[in-house]
Amino acid sequence: MKHSVTLTINGAAHTVEVEPRALLVHVLRDELNLTGTHIGCDTSQCGACTVLIDDQAVKSCTVLAVQADGSAITTIEGLGTPDRLHPLQAAFWEKHGLQCGFCTPGMIITAVDLLQSNPNPSEEQIRHALEGNLCRCTGYQNIVEAIQSAATALRAAKTQPRPAQPAAAPSQPATAGV
Amino acid sequence: MATTLFGSGIKRREDPRLITGSATYTDDVKLPGLTYAMVLRSPYAHAKLTRIDVAAARKAPGVLAVYTGADIKDRVVPVPCAWNPPNCELKTPPHPLLAYETVRYVGDGVAVVVAETRAQARDAIDLIEVDYDPLPGGVDPEKMTQSGAPQLHGDVPKNIAFTWVVAGGDAEKAFAEAPVRVKLRIVQQRLAPTAMEPRAAVASYNKGTGQLTLWCTSQNPHIHRLLCSVMLKLPEHRVRVIAPEVGGGFGSKIPVYADEALVGLAAIDLGRPVKWAEDRSENYKVTIHGRDHIEYVEMCATRDGKITGLRTTVYAGLGAYASTAGPGIPTILHGLIYSGPYVIPNIHGTVYGVYTSTTPVDAYRGAGRPEATYLLERLLDQVARELAMDPAEIRRRNFIPKDKFPYAVATGLTYDSGDYEAALDKALSVFDLKQFRRDQAEERKRGRYLGVGLVSFVEICGSGPSQVTGAVGFGGGQYDSAIVRVYPTGVVRVYIGGKPHGQGEETTFAQIVADEFGIPIDNVEIVSGDTETTPQGWGTYGSRTTAVCGSAVKLAAQRVKDKAKKIAAHLMEANEADLEWKDNQFAVRGSPGSGKAFAEVALMANIAWNMPPGVEPGLEAAAFFDPTNFVFPFGTHICTVEVNPETGDVKILRYVCVDDCGPHINPMIVEGQVHGGVIQGLGEALQEIMVYDEDGQLITGTMMDYAVPKASQMPHVESSYTVTPSPVNPLGVKGIGEAGTIPSAAALVGAVCDALAPLGIRHIDKPLTPARVWAAIQQAKGGSQ
Repeated sequence: MKHSVTLTINGAAHTVEVEPRALLVHVLRDELNLTGTHIGCDTSQCGACTVLIDDQAVKSCTVLAVQADGSAITTIEGLGTPDRLHPLQAAFWEKHGLQCGFCTPGMIITAVDLLQSNPNPSEEQIRHALEGNLCRCTGYQNIVEAIQSAATALRAAKTQPRPAQPAAAPSQPATAGV
Repeated sequence: MATTLFGSGIKRREDPRLITGSATYTDDVKLPGLTYAMVLRSPYAHAKLTRIDVAAARKAPGVLAVYTGADIKDRVVPVPCAWNPPNCELKTPPHPLLAYETVRYVGDGVAVVVAETRAQARDAIDLIEVDYDPLPGGVDPEKMTQSGAPQLHGDVPKNIAFTWVVAGGDAEKAFAEAPVRVKLRIVQQRLAPTAMEPRAAVASYNKGTGQLTLWCTSQNPHIHRLLCSVMLKLPEHRVRVIAPEVGGGFGSKIPVYADEALVGLAAIDLGRPVKWAEDRSENYKVTIHGRDHIEYVEMCATRDGKITGLRTTVYAGLGAYASTAGPGIPTILHGLIYSGPYVIPNIHGTVYGVYTSTTPVDAYRGAGRPEATYLLERLLDQVARELAMDPAEIRRRNFIPKDKFPYAVATGLTYDSGDYEAALDKALSVFDLKQFRRDQAEERKRGRYLGVGLVSFVEICGSGPSQVTGAVGFGGGQYDSAIVRVYPTGVVRVYIGGKPHGQGEETTFAQIVADEFGIPIDNVEIVSGDTETTPQGWGTYGSRTTAVCGSAVKLAAQRVKDKAKKIAAHLMEANEADLEWKDNQFAVRGSPGSGKAFAEVALMANIAWNMPPGVEPGLEAAAFFDPTNFVFPFGTHICTVEVNPETGDVKILRYVCVDDCGPHINPMIVEGQVHGGVIQGLGEALQEIMVYDEDGQLITGTMMDYAVPKASQMPHVESSYTVTPSPVNPLGVKGIGEAGTIPSAAALVGAVCDALAPLGIRHIDKPLTPARVWAAIQQAKGGSQ
């Protein structure tokens, strides 16, 4: 028997009929077509499926969709757009914090959570916070740098007299390749 | 001023879609009427299939089709092996798409269910009843060659798929005469490539045209097209392969797998698209593994530390079947590079390729070359210790001198260019070895065990001259290709034969083209992965794409520019010979302000209102670049560690590396490749191992058990470079994709063994988990009592 579940995803309310066993990640990807959230394992190790549930980073492969009923979810698609990147997205781009890009959405979402609770993390704290997110391409070094860079940008944005949108990215406009 | 994007660390052009979740990986592909396939896999390593009953599965909700091996065996061709090294009598028993008589590894496919939903397919799999009659299996490639070992394939005595020999000089004489001889038994453990994106495939068949379209996780879509057409007995031009966004490969997405053909077969039968996507547990069982060598290796040298000979006997596990490139890895890509960066006049190696009841083994980052570097450097460390010689000094004494290139090594390769001492010197300028030795001695007095590992290496990349790769048994070409197509508005699309999957060629190749035409990089798009639009190429692996495919891009762009020049001369009513390319436009030499920019010429070429006599309309060119030789990147890496003698825990203190991959098109991307490569090698050295029990059950079958390195476990990499161009391609580039992985495992193991030298420990097999290091310490202490 299917259950009706209402989720506020990236600001918009969705009601979906799901099997009790359906994982949140499958509902996001298969029912709602939010394929930016990836599946890299089946044991909650890799973190590619990390989303924000009520502002907390959660591995969406570890949550039944019915458990998420009534919650607010942010996926990578809701974080920023190419024209208006979240500072973490901009910093991952700027610092070459990704190669194949498969782990990247989960990395960025995890970093959002980290910087909410710790706006000025040390390298060690960042590396610790990423323990639940695996990357096979980058060796993590540029991911750490990207998070440090975004943290700096976010702190600077907070101290600005004009409280702006998170558009205070440390990088060039989205079209700039050079 | 001419643009000089070449050499500039510009941000990657593929990133906006990747950081916003808008990229389309294979499992993201959705088609109307999509159905889902799931494969039932053998839980036994080796067994006879005595009965399979799919009746209940066929009746299960949502199920559209169920296939067994017997159902399909006459409709398909077994999974091909595409690398048949010469003179080694390779035996490749058939690898059925689904087993129908015997299963030969845990994960061997037994049946396929196709259903309306993933969940229904998964449910139906559980309704299939299979009776197995278990047979003895074997996972150790050395033991499997011994008498009494289980026989995996009827026609492969002692499970030996091939016996391959490499020889140069007279190793026997060298060893007989040498005053210094060292030997080791080395186990290079089995690894799982673990691209973060597992494999997937989606097939869609158009009954009207008879064309099958296959989206799949491929590093080489043209190879997939060819081999899938073989497996499905379809004409090659009726198979279109699209590798969309690919989430890493590290070699695991080179091979062509049964699953990819199975979804094609089901899509043809059902007239509906079919998707299959493995989960990680399935990935660890089915997607190829890497390494798996047991090696008996020895080196001989003079008293002043000159290497005079190297001998190896290698048992290389191939898994249950010969994978696409499997037999080429421990032979051509391993044995031929035994000389490393050194003058070694006498080399003899024997490699046995051995079938074991395990997942097939194929290319994993570095593929044969890390294994060669590792055994060579471990031996060199033994010689250095025997002679109480500094690790840098012994390497320096043996380097091929920089004025000897091109240099022919004893194994038959000719290295293109190199300055190995410069890389070593640069590494030593970053890392003060003498100071470290003083610190090490001081700390030892305080009971701390510090160690340093220093490794110099050379690798063989940029494959390669097709004539040579054909001669060494690779079943295809190794040139690569590009089509540069200029649109009327002067924007450009470049269709390439390679298939980048994280390496950033959408950026670096656009840098090459934008430079050539003097246009903004945003006016250039690099297109890859779709065999319908891209020219015949051979894929992205072996650090070949920039050197080979990038050179094709350069040549095609030059051809376009040559034609553009003719048109510009015509439009300017000038003699072509009087034109020069200056300030991003064609100009008459000595006449400033007379120029025609590329976009103006592009428009005229495409509308063709006013063309020079005899010049065809249009502005595009193709190039197929086949290099005259491989390229040989090199470098020196240094790792320092502290070993806790109570727990065996290894802490990496510093990692310093100097790499030489020729000129850098995009230094930021080069740096990223080095970081990732080094960390993969350190993972291999410290913690990664695919473990089977003796019966062939996979013990490390999930990410809970297979220890992919985490951010908190890995060091900051201090990287720098020397630049020695290659003479074998127009860009002078060498390749950097695998360089980090090739020396790093040897550097770390060298460092740990150096730290434990006071205990008499000479070698510990990787991965150096605390348990292994602790056991070695205990054994050493026990032995000294």
